[in-house]
Amino acid sequence: MRRAALIFVPYFWLLALFLVPFLIVLKISLSDTALAIPPYTPTLDLGNGWQGIKDFWAELDLENFEFLTSDDLYWKAYLSSLKIAVISTILTLLVGYPIAYGMANAPDHWRPTLMMLVILPFWTSFLIRVYSWMGILSSEGYLNQLLMGLGLISAPLTILNTNSAVYIGIVYTYLPFMILPIYSALERLDASLLEAAEDLGCSRFTAFWLVTVPLSKNGIIAGCFLVFIPALGEFVIPSLLGGSQTLMIGKVLWEEFFNNRDWPVASAVAVILLLILIIPIILFQRNEQKQREMDG
Amino acid sequence: MGQTEFAPWNDPEAKPLIQFKNVTKRFGDFVAIDNQSFDIYAQEFFALLGPSGCGKTTLMRMLGGFETPTEGTILLNGQDIAPIPPNKRAVNMMFQSYALFPHLNIWENIAFGLKRDRMPKDQIDARVAEMLKLTRLEKFAKRKPHQCSGGQRQRVALARSLAKAPKLLLLDEPLGALDAKLRQDTQFELMDIQEKTGTTFVIVTHDQEEAMTVASRVAVMDHGRIIQADTPADIYEMPKSVYVADFIGDVTIISGTATASGDGYDITFAEGQPTLHAKSDQPFDKGQACHLAIRPEKVSITAEKPADATNALQGKILDIAYLGNLSTYHVELPNGQIVKSQTANTRRLSRRSFTWEDDVWLSWTDTAGVLLKE
Repeated sequence: MRRAALIFVPYFWLLALFLVPFLIVLKISLSDTALAIPPYTPTLDLGNGWQGIKDFWAELDLENFEFLTSDDLYWKAYLSSLKIAVISTILTLLVGYPIAYGMANAPDHWRPTLMMLVILPFWTSFLIRVYSWMGILSSEGYLNQLLMGLGLISAPLTILNTNSAVYIGIVYTYLPFMILPIYSALERLDASLLEAAEDLGCSRFTAFWLVTVPLSKNGIIAGCFLVFIPALGEFVIPSLLGGSQTLMIGKVLWEEFFNNRDWPVASAVAVILLLILIIPIILFQRNEQKQREMDG
Repeated sequence: MGQTEFAPWNDPEAKPLIQFKNVTKRFGDFVAIDNQSFDIYAQEFFALLGPSGCGKTTLMRMLGGFETPTEGTILLNGQDIAPIPPNKRAVNMMFQSYALFPHLNIWENIAFGLKRDRMPKDQIDARVAEMLKLTRLEKFAKRKPHQCSGGQRQRVALARSLAKAPKLLLLDEPLGALDAKLRQDTQFELMDIQEKTGTTFVIVTHDQEEAMTVASRVAVMDHGRIIQADTPADIYEMPKSVYVADFIGDVTIISGTATASGDGYDITFAEGQPTLHAKSDQPFDKGQACHLAIRPEKVSITAEKPADATNALQGKILDIAYLGNLSTYHVELPNGQIVKSQTANTRRLSRRSFTWEDDVWLSWTDTAGVLLKE
């Protein structure tokens, strides 16, 4: 009994905050759009008893999902999001790994400070940080001023409102999520393993490839998922830094909800996005599980 | 006919494999190794023994190439090894933590060094199989290190460091992580493997019993200096200083002054106590301070005063350490000096002749102890 009661609490939490909202979204995605409040039909009317529920079921259909396949905007948006998420994950890894490596090899008394510096940006609102990137990247922004001042370029670069700005924004925002798991993996690395590798005939560089990288693999995987999953559904960064040609599913979702007020189609988009994300989430969980077994 | 004794250090013709020449290592102000010169010969099993922080690990890491001497040179086969990085040295090391690669299985761990040498695959297979057989790990080739016991991991580490057939193998506290029983078995296994492969072993340990068991020569270290490097028997029976006598095994030190008498020296150590007599190779001036180091097993304990003993002292039993096969008696002399005496328990405990507070006589011969200057 007590165990059941203990388990019930987190389950109830998940049920109330995850499953129920998801079922509501799923239900809306099966509905039709309507000029009403809420803007879809049918709504469940329990006043009519059993007949009401049967009518309600009869009106649900997969029309919206069919619609998503008919308009190539959607699958292009999914693919483009996937592309942007993959590329920015790789970029974040390329930027984050050296930082994590540097942190892990820094003198002990420096590490807390470096860790602090990585976490520090979280103390400022995410929106403000993205807006400040607009100030940096715009044609009259600090970056262009600096480059022109140094005489490296003669005309301002157009970075803001392009995909490059989106990549910069995503890499900047999610960098700590990449650094922290990799850092924690590298920090645990036994220095004598590298000495052993050198002793057995590795150069510093091959020792890095054959020992450091494989042993930080779990950190790399965790970091990549932590960046990839939110980047795939990212909405704020593409809409603030991206241009009209930046196609991301998060932006499409927003437009369906708030500009078109087409809740059912927007819900269908969200359901598909979730299904796409479930695969990496499951893989992520399995990686975590495996790591726990290794440690245990 | 016994085997000819292996003692290249006594042969002036023998060429040492490793020569330390006035090697000093400093870390900032701290002197880890203090101007040391010594030789290690091929096929030796050389033990560096000392308390933690005495510099033994630093000496080993200099051989491995992980530290460079601040001053002086280290020669391997007559060649200065200072500029050679660890990955180019014909020296391999077995790490204290074993440092097995956790992402590779046992086979891959052992093959790691061979692959770096770009050895052909069939030769790698053969060599790894040979190493697995040598360390009795054939059945575990496919396991990951975390699936192995401590003893197996230790053998993997040994196999991995031997796989490249180094001229010199360094072992850093190789048995430190094993429990007492397994450690004993493994000590003999190590000696066996050392003999089979003919590799020169240098072992670092703080366990004197381990050093005595495995090594052909033991170097006792303290504060960055080798105090004495000798065979285990010489270290035990003929220590050159009180530090070495005290560090290795159990010992009683009686301090006094020496006076030449007959074929040895008389030692006056306390008022009201008879003088002791001991032979010594070292000359002592009249009245020079000296220390008589005597091992407990060389002191006999009797109820009556022995008639013809060179040295005989009376005292009271203060403590008895019962070790099963042996008992060590701590006997207090009237001046407060404690002398240890050890006897084999050939009889059952219930029929033991002495107990606490008994008055007993201690006696030993004139060659039982070693007379030391410092």
